[in-house]
Amino acid sequence: MSAAAAASARRDPASSDALFRYVLRLADTSLVLGQRLGEWVGHAPALEEDLGLANLALDLLGQARLLLTYAGEIEGKGRDEDALAFLRDAPEFLNLTLAEQPNGDFAQTIVRQWLIDAWQIELYEGLMASADTRLAAIAAKAIKETRYHYRFSSGWLVRLGDGTGESQARAQQAVDSLWRFTAELFTADEIDERMDAAGIAPQLAAAAERWGRRVEEDLGRATLVLPAPQPHPWHGKRGVHTEHLGHLLGEMQHLQRTYPGVRW
Amino acid sequence: MATGPGANQTATEREVWRLLAGVPDPEIPVLSIVDLGIVRYVRCGAEGRLHVGITPTYTGCPATVAIRSATRAALDEAGHREALLEEVLSPPWTSDWLTPAGRAKLAAFGIAPPAAAAAAAGRVSEPPCCPRCGSPSTERISEFGSTPCKAHYVCSACHEPFDHFKCI
Repeated sequence: MSAAAAASARRDPASSDALFRYVLRLADTSLVLGQRLGEWVGHAPALEEDLGLANLALDLLGQARLLLTYAGEIEGKGRDEDALAFLRDAPEFLNLTLAEQPNGDFAQTIVRQWLIDAWQIELYEGLMASADTRLAAIAAKAIKETRYHYRFSSGWLVRLGDGTGESQARAQQAVDSLWRFTAELFTADEIDERMDAAGIAPQLAAAAERWGRRVEEDLGRATLVLPAPQPHPWHGKRGVHTEHLGHLLGEMQHLQRTYPGVRW
Repeated sequence: MATGPGANQTATEREVWRLLAGVPDPEIPVLSIVDLGIVRYVRCGAEGRLHVGITPTYTGCPATVAIRSATRAALDEAGHREALLEEVLSPPWTSDWLTPAGRAKLAAFGIAPPAAAAAAAGRVSEPPCCPRCGSPSTERISEFGSTPCKAHYVCSACHEPFDHFKCI
């Protein structure tokens, strides 16, 4: 599908709404994960990791801003990045359920990050060839940052897993407790299928296979055990969230909700 | 993709390149925005207006807004109020676009520059030489530092900690 065809698909209301939702899923996953990482500022185990997590958060926020701005333009109702970030309620957020899970201990944060970094690598590599030129440009920018994030998170996964008895136990516990959220990453629904058919998004099944190989290899290097596949009862990308998202938004949106329209 | 005044530029375009070479990066003020390789083009459009294209280094870099307003102010002060400042996302910025002069300025400032063309060659995790004593024996402390564009290293020879401009 050509860029012109993608542009004409955007003008069709049903396609345009599907693209809007698809872009929001990408944007919200980066935004919510970035907000979560920001909670570590001042609390990380060492100053270097404090700065590292804050830097990841900053990149994710930057990616979210580009994507939210684009989503607002697709929707065409005058909502900008701030309106979309600060004035939507939890059911309107379409992030992956994994991204909103609490920080827990450092191992839980690292495992969550590593799972999502590995997913975003597949996602952005696929989107770089998107028929939607705007998404392709954003992906080409984001992939450089994402590969850098993955270096950090996979490096820590190995250090924790292949570390002390305590760090290994905590890393394994984090893998075991977060694994149930990973099926959502690659379970295609009608929006994913529509984007795939339009040449806008990468095919999820192929991406899932590459992701699975990478994750299994990393777990091996980290001397951690791959959990058994688990069913998929989570639907963050359809707006059905765990209770954790509401608390996160309560903090993130507090200022704009309390003082509507306030500017920095 | 080196940026800078080309052979076929008009006098105005060359003048604006010189002007922008005087706009410092707010985080690393020894570098100008031209040294950083983020000025993608300066050209007179068919309609007679000047177009200046700037690309961000990192998507979330807080300096982006400051760079935009400093560039706008420099253009306005030089009488180019009609000039259009455009944000360019594609192709994405790479540390390979730092100019040779920019690399030299970084090293003199105590920040180890990325090796030339290292990102394109995939040599992104090679340890830099110490910018103080020149030793190749250095150790990474953290992939991240005080700004999105820097990582933190220490020299095993002279034991000085230093920043490395990340290679992406």
